[in-house]
Amino acid sequence: MSDSPLAQSLGDLITETRVFRDEVTLITTRERVVEVLTRLRDGEHFEVLTDLTAVDFHPAEPRFALVYLLTSLQRNMRVRIKCFLNGSERAAPTVSGVFASANWLEREVYDLFGIHFEGHPDLRRIVLPNDYVGHPLLKEVPVQVEEVSFTFNRRRIEAGKIFAGE
Amino acid sequence: MGIEQKLGDMGVVTTTLEKAVGWARSNAIWPMLFGLACCAIEMMSTQASRYDLSRFGMELMRASPRQSDLMIVAGRVSRKMAPVLRNLYDQMPEPKWVIAMGDCASCGGVFNNYAVVQGVDEIVPVDVYVAGCPPRPETLIDGILRLQEKIKKEPLKKWQ
Repeated sequence: MSDSPLAQSLGDLITETRVFRDEVTLITTRERVVEVLTRLRDGEHFEVLTDLTAVDFHPAEPRFALVYLLTSLQRNMRVRIKCFLNGSERAAPTVSGVFASANWLEREVYDLFGIHFEGHPDLRRIVLPNDYVGHPLLKEVPVQVEEVSFTFNRRRIEAGKIFAGE
Repeated sequence: MGIEQKLGDMGVVTTTLEKAVGWARSNAIWPMLFGLACCAIEMMSTQASRYDLSRFGMELMRASPRQSDLMIVAGRVSRKMAPVLRNLYDQMPEPKWVIAMGDCASCGGVFNNYAVVQGVDEIVPVDVYVAGCPPRPETLIDGILRLQEKIKKEPLKKWQ
């Protein structure tokens, strides 16, 4: 825990500041994200939203973290903004009005984590097929689709395969 | 002026229609230009001058499925690509064959996850599986030669 000039300029909007090896992480709440990003863009010259992604901490609560990575070309600086969501809500306000690039990034987060972005102009799947069921980056989704076959279980696994009758 | 003069002193060769057709089919396979991942790089070098696939009569990679009779599935097939691959296969005129090139196309390979089809045989019938990650050009050529042997033995009835 330490303080940074960025956090001081944002004041109450930031609940916590973390600095690790000169990487600044500002933690805020979901209600204040849009305002934080707007202030950073207009007042602090962070004009690029490099990435927007999410982390699933299941079974911990708050379960999700939304991560916004901002870059300032003018100041040659990067900053990370985080906000946490509970597993039951799974929704956050959209920032596509602040950064246009957030449109597709939020669609990706929705696609893989099932987090809804309120006010998003076009919240559809973007990476997976449109008829895909579920959100595969959630922790309850198994990592592997198929059981890995060894000599002891090979016969049982292959009995369920499409080519089993051949 | 008869056929004897054109053929030289070969005399008469007799064979069955099946064998003649199989021989003709097997030595002029036109593969479809369809690379999906890193295996496609090996497929390109197989076809290029160093390994020279045209020695076996299949130098013509066609960009259109309508003109090809072999689909070399070179690389992992994502779930989003699967309907596209099946569509391309359906557009190929019969007789047609499929080679699953590499581990990913054969069984999913290292990509045992939600995004990748676990073996292209879930979507299209596969004739030859070529192992390797990626297979060297020699391996692919071996797979193609095995396919040629298979085609030579194929009865005509199958395609009626």
